[in-house]
Amino acid sequence: MSVQHIAMREAFGQALVELGRDNPRLVVLDADVSSSTKTLDFGTQYPDRFFNLGVAEANMADIAAGMAACGLRPVISTFAIFLSLKCTEQIRSTICYNHLPVVLAGGYAGVSDSFDGASHQSLADLAILRAIPNLTVTVPGDGAEVGPCLRQALDREGPTYIRLSRNPTPILFDRAAPFETGKIRVLKRGRDITLAVCGVPTYMAMEAAERLEQEGISADLLEVSTIKPMDEAALIESVSRTNRILTIEEHTLRGGLGSAISEVLARSHPVKTDFVGIEDCFTETGPYAELLNAYGISTEQIVLKARMLVDTKKSRP
Amino acid sequence: MALRQDIERIDPAAILAETDPDKKRQQMQYLARQCRVDVWDTIYDLQTGHWGGASSAAELLAVLYFHMLNVRTEEPRWPGRDRLVLSKGHASCMYYAMLANRGFFPLSRLCTFRRLHSDLQGHPCMVKLPCVDMSTGSLGHGLSVGLGMAMAAQALKARYRTFVIVGDGCLNEGQTWEAIMAGAKFRPHRLVLMVDYNKVQLDGPSEAIMPMDPLAEKLKAFGWNTAPRLYDGHRVGEILQSWEWIQTQEAGPVAVVYQTHKGHGISFTSDQSRWHGCPIDRESYVRGRAELIQALKNTEAES
Repeated sequence: MSVQHIAMREAFGQALVELGRDNPRLVVLDADVSSSTKTLDFGTQYPDRFFNLGVAEANMADIAAGMAACGLRPVISTFAIFLSLKCTEQIRSTICYNHLPVVLAGGYAGVSDSFDGASHQSLADLAILRAIPNLTVTVPGDGAEVGPCLRQALDREGPTYIRLSRNPTPILFDRAAPFETGKIRVLKRGRDITLAVCGVPTYMAMEAAERLEQEGISADLLEVSTIKPMDEAALIESVSRTNRILTIEEHTLRGGLGSAISEVLARSHPVKTDFVGIEDCFTETGPYAELLNAYGISTEQIVLKARMLVDTKKSRP
Repeated sequence: MALRQDIERIDPAAILAETDPDKKRQQMQYLARQCRVDVWDTIYDLQTGHWGGASSAAELLAVLYFHMLNVRTEEPRWPGRDRLVLSKGHASCMYYAMLANRGFFPLSRLCTFRRLHSDLQGHPCMVKLPCVDMSTGSLGHGLSVGLGMAMAAQALKARYRTFVIVGDGCLNEGQTWEAIMAGAKFRPHRLVLMVDYNKVQLDGPSEAIMPMDPLAEKLKAFGWNTAPRLYDGHRVGEILQSWEWIQTQEAGPVAVVYQTHKGHGISFTSDQSRWHGCPIDRESYVRGRAELIQALKNTEAES
């Protein structure tokens, strides 16, 4: 049976249109990339509540702050690389410092803007934004999680970052339990190793867990869709049984999911840890799947690193 | 460390209740000068704070809070209130002095400015102080925020006005010009850009740091409805005239440039970048205070 593929940006565009119907205070701001991020669908449907600010991200973020302070519910949208770098100060010192309910939608995250190259590939957005107080940081794992994630962000007091990908990826959670911000989703129970994943590589981790099972390695598979605040209880519960964890993300290994998890476990329950993600380097141009593979984000890498972690467990006297 | 009791303080309630325009003008002028004394004292006591930019905005803030802004002290977050964004947040001490006089909190609290656990943060913080409409401090954000507030008023069909005070430093920032472009695109009503144009920055005269002239012409060229002349930002009567002009403008955002002096009110601090934010030494404090008090006493004779 073939799995349906939907791009997160398509799901995001549709969810905005649906949520706009019942929420007259929802406004959307974009920085001249609305046909790419798919906020244009909202703009076509509700032109009075859509504002294209041109290529001026800092201005866009602060306008949204002003709107939120006066009762609107703004969603600002641009590529994750620009959102996390061109208006970092506006996000920190205006939106987050004042705890304003602005949704920050970062599109084309990771290496998903694959052909545009390093200038457009966002591999440090989680590290940057996670360091800002008051900000909830979310990473949907497929198109089905985008709508509920957005709805919950709009219902919350305070700001939320939603990390979105460009390309169609497998739909994993259309029939699963509802997405819940702040909660780890347990995809599979196991006893030998914890696999903790966020974002697009979630489907790879699911494949890897199946392969490992065939080899006799039983993985506890967690989808960590909220990086901040971290669901510490679910994380600690898992590693207290497996004593091994492999984190998997489409992000630099300096400051993302792996770091967030390590910060929790180093203090509460230190265990043998390894990471799948992008090393400290600039990425390059290429087809998305090839690029992910070239930079070490693949089912094979997950299986390999998981196997090595489990081997050290077995060889321990 | 407490407010000095050696100056005659005006009753702010009397200013609000005054119906004679000439008297009210004189009272607001007096209040601005009175606040200069309190701010000079506060910054001297604490040995930190920004005297130059605070002094520059005294009359503008006095007229805003006692004549222009529709606010409710008993309900500082009233949704229908007019908004003020002090983009040059380093004028915080003067802002707090004016908010206190307007009745949002007791003037005695000015002594807690910049101290640990105070509501009166070094730069204004809306989370700690509900009468502050937006936290500021880093220059260049205010006009974008104010634009967002004015666009929200349009979307919500609300009638409040939004005022934004920017200084030279804000105008150095590219973001202010992004907001100026966006203001010309979206043209929300009842948005007022007020430039506290003292032409002195932290490091020196704006002419040497980053020249902004011809400023009014630039604003016009960017599509803003700009006041037909410059106003003296230290004369309450002039600010009231600018307000008359603002109220006759019907559509879109407006910009007004006020000619001011950084460190105004004391001869040796006026127009001097050194007095942007340096601690006040004892000798300067005494000399400066004498000048401020003389100016306060002269208010009636001048008007």
